[in-house]
This record gives sequence, structure tokens and C-alpha cells, in this order.
Amino acid sequence: MLQILKNRILKGILTRRIELESSRVIGDADLSVRRAGSELRSLIRKKFGRSLHIRQVDTGSCGACESEIISANNPIYDLQRFGVNFVASPRHADALLVTGPVSKNMLIALNKTYEAMPEPKFVIACGDCALGCGPFKDSYYVCGAVKDILPVVLHIPGCPPNPLQIILSLIAFLK
Amino acid sequence: MVCSEIIAGIKNIFGTFEALSVTQAYTDEIHIKVSPGLFKDTCLALHKMLSSSVYMLFASDERRARGIFTINCVFGNLKQGQWIIISIDIPQDEAYFDSLAKTIYSASLFEREIWEMFGIQPKGSPDLRRLRLHNEVWPKGNYPLRKDFQKLQAGDLGDYEFDRVEGDGVFEVPVGPVHAGIIGPGHFRFSVAGEPIINLETRLGFTHRGVEKLFEGQSCIEAIRLAECVSGDASFAHSLAFTQAAEKISGIFIPKQAVYLRAIFLELERMYNHVNDIGGMAVDVGFSFPSAYASVIKEALLKLNDLLTASRYLKKVNTVGGVLKSLDENKKQILLDSLKRIENDFNELVKILYSSVSFMDRIDTTGALRRKTAEGLGVVGLIARASGIPADLREYFSTIYKEARFKIATEESGDVLARLKLRIAEFKESIRLIEVFVGKLADDKEINVNPEFKEGRALGYVEGWRGPVLYWMEIDTAGLIQRCKVVDPSFLNWQGLSYAVLGNIIPDFPLCNKSFDLSYSGGDL
Repeated sequence: MLQILKNRILKGILTRRIELESSRVIGDADLSVRRAGSELRSLIRKKFGRSLHIRQVDTGSCGACESEIISANNPIYDLQRFGVNFVASPRHADALLVTGPVSKNMLIALNKTYEAMPEPKFVIACGDCALGCGPFKDSYYVCGAVKDILPVVLHIPGCPPNPLQIILSLIAFLK
Repeated sequence: MVCSEIIAGIKNIFGTFEALSVTQAYTDEIHIKVSPGLFKDTCLALHKMLSSSVYMLFASDERRARGIFTINCVFGNLKQGQWIIISIDIPQDEAYFDSLAKTIYSASLFEREIWEMFGIQPKGSPDLRRLRLHNEVWPKGNYPLRKDFQKLQAGDLGDYEFDRVEGDGVFEVPVGPVHAGIIGPGHFRFSVAGEPIINLETRLGFTHRGVEKLFEGQSCIEAIRLAECVSGDASFAHSLAFTQAAEKISGIFIPKQAVYLRAIFLELERMYNHVNDIGGMAVDVGFSFPSAYASVIKEALLKLNDLLTASRYLKKVNTVGGVLKSLDENKKQILLDSLKRIENDFNELVKILYSSVSFMDRIDTTGALRRKTAEGLGVVGLIARASGIPADLREYFSTIYKEARFKIATEESGDVLARLKLRIAEFKESIRLIEVFVGKLADDKEINVNPEFKEGRALGYVEGWRGPVLYWMEIDTAGLIQRCKVVDPSFLNWQGLSYAVLGNIIPDFPLCNKSFDLSYSGGDL
């Protein structure tokens, strides 16, 4: 407990200042994150009441996109403070965030997840593989990109897209 | 060990032994060709002699050129830094071989893979269920890794049969493929009576994308990008194993500078993943402060990667013949300074975890994988080391790690605590290694050579952060890949998880799972 308190006091609030020793030198996108974030928050407030709930499904990604989505929730980017939450059940979700090309084995699971979501709902494709299958194009076991299966309204490009790109893409879309 | 010693060793075990050919293909590879009838006995003899599990077992379709399939089985003679590859030819109209699975369990998954991908039957195998091509969506009689596979032929679909545990009060808990968190897909079926888990069956393959087939026909240079996407959090290890195989075949010697740079990037990859896992373990017991702390350290490491190589996940860094990104004086300084800060933060993180009695109590003795089970399953890498098996390719195969006095870290208890301790020890060792390697970098040296490709076959291997990443490659005269067999450590280690959770309660499953931290896409290919 003492260790936690000590570190809590020593490190301060990382989210605002982004000053953990290890991240200080390596130049930072702090300002742009905050600026982008407050814009995102006001847009979400306008269009979704208070918050946007996202359910993520991996349909065959390599794991890098997941890693970056998790990073977008870390104390530095802290997507939650702008009203974006990742939820455990499709029943709670406004949006479906899909990563990776759609593998044959995941087709049923993807469709079922989409069906389980309440209306209104929309689909976001995250990463180059979800966009156009990336290096897995023409594989015998890939059904296609996400847009071939579900109505995708937003693409987040990148291999993998970094957390800031994820935030900026959401803003551009909500505008 | 030279060829003759190995042959003598095999003869010792079963009297007479005639190999069709024995060649030392490279200093670290011995190829032994035997007749199909001797395959099982030879493998068993090597398995005993080297006390090595099956690292790889795969088929290759050479019907077009020679009218045969080949089966290759790879054993590791780690202490002497050698791989021993037993191969047999089987005629195309008698597509079967003797199954090893009953005597060498670690061959089991590989045999199921050969059966579903090539339609070559392991005779006498106890389990021939499909791994990746799910019965529900992939009709029978289609073998995608055969060279003449063009289009999916219609056929019967089926169902998958789970192992059933029956008895009073036993019930099943199915989980997945879509999980609650931001994570890959896999299906876990628990059989429980009350709280403790009696049996766990993992059904994977959901992220199967046909990687091995996609490699075929590509040139080595363009295929690196595909290797990087096999497992996104180990992209550097995969690209490194791939390029090493290509370099070995073509006889390319890369500049010393590139060797050090590769080692530095490999250790950076190890660091960000280990700290991520340590944070993940804290999340799974609901200990949020250290997990947030760990994710800040991870972010610092990713940013460091970005700054050094313009890629947070070290993609597009490797090439056949060397590396594409160098470290100048300025970057070296940034790297060393950042590591100091990261080390301080990391030490604080460890203190926070170790000083929490409830956390330590939760992870101590949880999810224990005993050494005997681990050896039998053929578990590799960090998971094997946590169970007391001293296996680390860096120790046995790499001269620069020997120069840097690399110390292999092992733990005995095989539980979540052991894996945590090991990750902490390896993280610190990585920092030390990077500092040593940075000291050896020279200025303005060339970092890559122009590759000229030759025909041949070889094994590329790297100790990634999860364990050994192995690439078997066959290149033709035009420099195109004919066969590329990939084994990510996750493939073998998933079974370890099924045994580690036995007797634990379901709420501890996420914790055990995170302490293994296996890749779905790496295992599924």
C-alpha cells in the first residue's frame, strides 16, 4: 500500500501531464491527444447522448491492432475520458470494431455478434487487414474484408493504426 | 556432435541401423534420411538420446518434381547447438506414415496438422480431429497445402467432437470464440464439478488465414512483410527467423553491425511484451494501479521503438542481408537514457507487486505446470523455463549472446509466480544485454548486403519473447519460396495451458492464461 501511495504521489497525474520519467524525453503527442480528445467528447455528446460504447471483435488479425486498441485505453491516451468505452457484451454496444481479415472460422461468430447488438448500430473496420485483407488477400481461408460481410461506415487505416490515429479517425467520422 | 556420433548413438539404442543418407547441411543442421519403415524407431531413438521433444514435424509436397511427399521431423540437440532433421519420402499413392504420437506426445498436434493440410495419414494416431480447418465450414477431402489444391471442392461438412467428462454434478462451461476483452478469438470448454476445473479443452484455429500457403510462390524480399504479420506482437522475431533461414540457404553473411542491431531490436520486443504481461497479470486479479503503471512503461517502450525505427512494432526493419534501420550516436544516447528511466520505473513496478500480500498469495501455486508434464507435452520457451527446463536458444546458438555472458533464467515451481519472476528477470537481463550490444556498435558501418538467392532448404530459428520461433524454408532456383513451415511457440504451449489450469477454479483461468500469454494468430497461422 505504501508503495502504491508513494508512486501515486511521485508520478502525479500522467494523463494530463504525461510525465512519467520514461515517457518524458521521447517527445510526445500530449497536446494533440488532448485537443483531439475534447473535440471527440463534444461530438459524442452531441450524437450519442453521453458516451459511445464499442465492442471489439478479432476476426483473424495478428494481434497488433488489439495491442494498439488496448494502448488507446492506457493512462496516457485514456480514451475513456472522452466518453468512449469498450464493453464486454455486444448487447451494450453502439459500435462494432472489427480487426483483421475475416477468416472462414470467424464468419458465423462475427455475424452473430453483429445480430446481438441493439439498433442503432454501426461497424468500424480497424487496420489495413480489415480494410482490404492486407497480406492475406486471396488466401483460401479468408472470406474477404469486413466490408464484404457487414456494412462498414468507418475505416481506420494503419498496420497497426496507432492510438492517436484511432482517436483522430473517430473524430473525423463523427463530424 | 558430428554425424557419425549420432549414428553410433542410434545404433546403440536399437542395434542395427541403416540410414539412406546422412549430411551435415550446415554447421548447425544435420539431415538424416531413412526409409519410411525406420522413421518411428529413429525418431524414438533421437528423442531418448537427446531428451528433446519434437520441435517441428511437417510434410512437404514434392509430387510435381519427384512424385513423393516428404515428412520431416526436427529435434534439437541444444547443448551442442544443433538441429537434427529426420526425413522420409513417401510415394504419392501410399500417403501414410507411422504415427509418433503414442510414444512421443509432442508430435501429436503436428500429425493432426499434416493430416488436415496434406491428407497424409499418420497411421495409428490416437487423435485425428482437425485443428484449424473447422469441420463446420471446410468440406472433407480438401487439402489446402497440396500443390494441386486450386479451388474448394464441395463435400460433407461435419461437427467437432469435444472430449466429454461425465459423472454426477459435472457440467460444461463453453467460452468463446468472442471473449469479453480486447483479445483474439478461441474457444475454451471447461468441464467442472463445483469450482475446480477437471478438464479444459481449447479449440483454436479461429484466426487461421492460410499463412503457409500464402508464402508459396513469393520472393523472399516481399514475403518478409507476411512473416511480420504472422504474430503482430512478435513481428520482429518472426521476420528475423524468416530472414535467417533465407540467408542460410543463400550463404549470405550479414555485417557484424546488423547482427548487433537485430539483437537489440529483438530484446526491445521482449521488453515491451514482458512488461505488458506483468501488467496483464495484475489486471486479471483486479489490481489496477500496477497494471496502469505497466501500460505506461509499455507505451514508453513502443514510443522508443517508434523513435528508433519509425515503427512501434518494429515492422519493416529487417531485410534479407541485414537491417534497414541503423542507430546513430544520437539515437544510441536516447536509447540508453530511456532504458535507465524505464529500468527505474520497472523496479518500482516490481516493488509494488511484491509488496502486495494479497497479489502474491493469489499467484503463488496457481496454475502450476510440473516439469514432467511440461517435458511430455513438449512445451517450449518461457513456459518451459518456468517449469525448470533450461532451454533458451540464445544460450546455445548465438555467439554474440555468449560474448555478452548471457545468463539463462529458470524457475522451478512452474506456477504463475514462477512465470512472473521469470519475466521480471528476463526484462532486466534484456536491459543489460542491450547496453552491452549498443557498446559494440561501430559508426558508419554497412548494415546490409545485397542478397543473391540460391536454391536450397534450411531452418531459421530465433528465441523470441515467447520462445523459439522456427521457420523451415525451401527456395527454388528462381529465388521463390516453395515451402515455408512456421512454428510459433504458442502452437505447442497452448496445450501446456490446458494442463496448468487443472484443479484451479475458473476465475483463475484468466490469470493463468495471461501468465502464459500465447498468441492466437501465431498458433493458428
